[in-house]
Amino acid sequence: MIEWVNAVVQGILLGGLYALFAAGLSLIFGVMRLVNIAHGDLIILAAYLGLSTTVMLGVHPFAALLVVMPAMAGIGYVLQRGLLNQTLGPDILPPLLVTFGLSVILQNALLEGYTADPQKLSAGSIETASLSVGGLSLGVLPLLTFGLAVAVIAGLQWIFYATALGRQFRAVSDNQDIAQLMGLNKAHVFGLAMALALAVTAIAGVMLGVRTSFDPSIGGGRLIFGFEAVIIGGLGNIWGTLAGGVILGVAQTIGAKIDPGWQVLAGHVAFLVVLAVRPNGLFPRVEH
Amino acid sequence: MSAPVVTRATRASRVAMVIAALAVIVLALAPWWAGRADLRLMGEIFLYLSLACLWNLMAGYAGLVSVGQQAFVGFGGYMLFALTIFGGLHPIVAILGSGVLAAMLSVPVAALIFRLKGAYFAIGTWVMAEVFRLTFAQVSALGGGSGTSLPVGVVKSLAASRSGREALSYWLALGAAITVITCVYLFLRSRRGLALTAIRDSEVAASGLGIDIWRTKLEVYVVTSAFTAIIGGLIFLQKLRISPDAAFSVNDWTAFVIFIVVIGGIGTLEGPIIGTLVFFLLRETLADFGTIYLMVLGAVAIVVMLKAPKGIWGLVRDRYDLELFPLSYRVRIKED
Repeated sequence: MIEWVNAVVQGILLGGLYALFAAGLSLIFGVMRLVNIAHGDLIILAAYLGLSTTVMLGVHPFAALLVVMPAMAGIGYVLQRGLLNQTLGPDILPPLLVTFGLSVILQNALLEGYTADPQKLSAGSIETASLSVGGLSLGVLPLLTFGLAVAVIAGLQWIFYATALGRQFRAVSDNQDIAQLMGLNKAHVFGLAMALALAVTAIAGVMLGVRTSFDPSIGGGRLIFGFEAVIIGGLGNIWGTLAGGVILGVAQTIGAKIDPGWQVLAGHVAFLVVLAVRPNGLFPRVEH
Repeated sequence: MSAPVVTRATRASRVAMVIAALAVIVLALAPWWAGRADLRLMGEIFLYLSLACLWNLMAGYAGLVSVGQQAFVGFGGYMLFALTIFGGLHPIVAILGSGVLAAMLSVPVAALIFRLKGAYFAIGTWVMAEVFRLTFAQVSALGGGSGTSLPVGVVKSLAASRSGREALSYWLALGAAITVITCVYLFLRSRRGLALTAIRDSEVAASGLGIDIWRTKLEVYVVTSAFTAIIGGLIFLQKLRISPDAAFSVNDWTAFVIFIVVIGGIGTLEGPIIGTLVFFLLRETLADFGTIYLMVLGAVAIVVMLKAPKGIWGLVRDRYDLELFPLSYRVRIKED
């Protein structure tokens, strides 16, 4: 019995990581209706930037975030204004195909720069530290990841609903043309949204790199996990995304408990079940 | 006096059909004039051409942008192995059977993923492909995660000699490409094709004219899935070995296919043909550069999408008003 409780708890904590994968995806879809196929590869890019920073500066991966987050935000702004803004419009094909092309370019650029060898960010003793709670052993790192996910989502919620920047995001999301008439430069606002999304992606990438080993080919899988968390939680609901990540994480750890080969498959099956039963997700945004 | 007449065929399209017919005859005789390596390469070209035409029908006409067609390529490949090894079927029968099975399977799959719209549909198809991959990786009778080879007996049942098998597998690939192009062409010329073209141009207007959009898209999805599985069977009949990672590779069976269609010209029948030729030209000249070649391919696709969204054929058509497959109607004033 305790083993199953343990699987569920580990799944909930794993869900924090998936919510981090999903938060950036959810944010850019909310602001500019862009689905970024390269999102997973950008997570992996962040992990590799973290690796380079720790190696070159000799710092802890968490300290490396001070470099990786601004770097990813800068990449995001330039990417959005230089490339992705040109793809936005009524037709869904250009953003899809351009980000798909970007995904292939990123993957192969990482392969060229860092080879296919699996890498890992070394975070020292925190990786193995654990707390004992009621017979369960909780890893400090998963707890920290989950806490970070909650903080990131609360932060995004705050930015969206309590700051001038968030007001601009909501304005362009509601109606781009009218927002433009009100004096907003939508190209710039979209750039800021992508910068924020990739800053979050930086956290996701570094936490991924500390938790498991990574190589250039795994981006697609991370995109899918993030996407599943968004859809399970319900489009447009950022707390729903956290819940979606948790459900996905629990499905995976329970699947792995039954048979190690079923871990990822069980997550996909949970996603398909939600899609069959509640196509709008479990917690869709209520239209006001 | 002059009277307006409506035509579909043009001089260019008639000339193109004659050239195409001659090309098919020359290509059909390839086992007698081409070397072993060339034959293999041409077979691969025809299979990619088929995949590109099918993806183009789905994405370019039905608006179903899938990044998960590897699901059906891999399914077709695995069904070839399963039906020959366990069912004792002849490989060609098994490949046709895999098409039927894929059509049946695609209906419940569509019922699920059609709930996702636009770009989310795209990622949903990818999830499906992953489900297929992970499921086949669990089937230990088919080699599990490491895959399996086609038994010698099955291979020998195609033809006794190696050159005979190579020629047969080439002809199957050529036949598949001709069948796919002909079917897509006839479909687009038919009443349903007209409905599909209307959906491509405007879903709202099409549904206003009484077209059942969901059903039309479902039909396209099912037919495409069946053909894609058949092509998958042929691909792995050439390779003789299958593994989950090779069978359900997103790069091999979807990324390359998308690049082919986008570079050639999406939403046209000529586009995939041009795109396939460009793709293999690039591959044969740049393949030694490995990852650089893939980055160049991705960059070319991005530039084409941004600067010439109708692809190479779109540029040619706009410039010279050419159409090799007569699909659109033209009004001409006939001089008496």
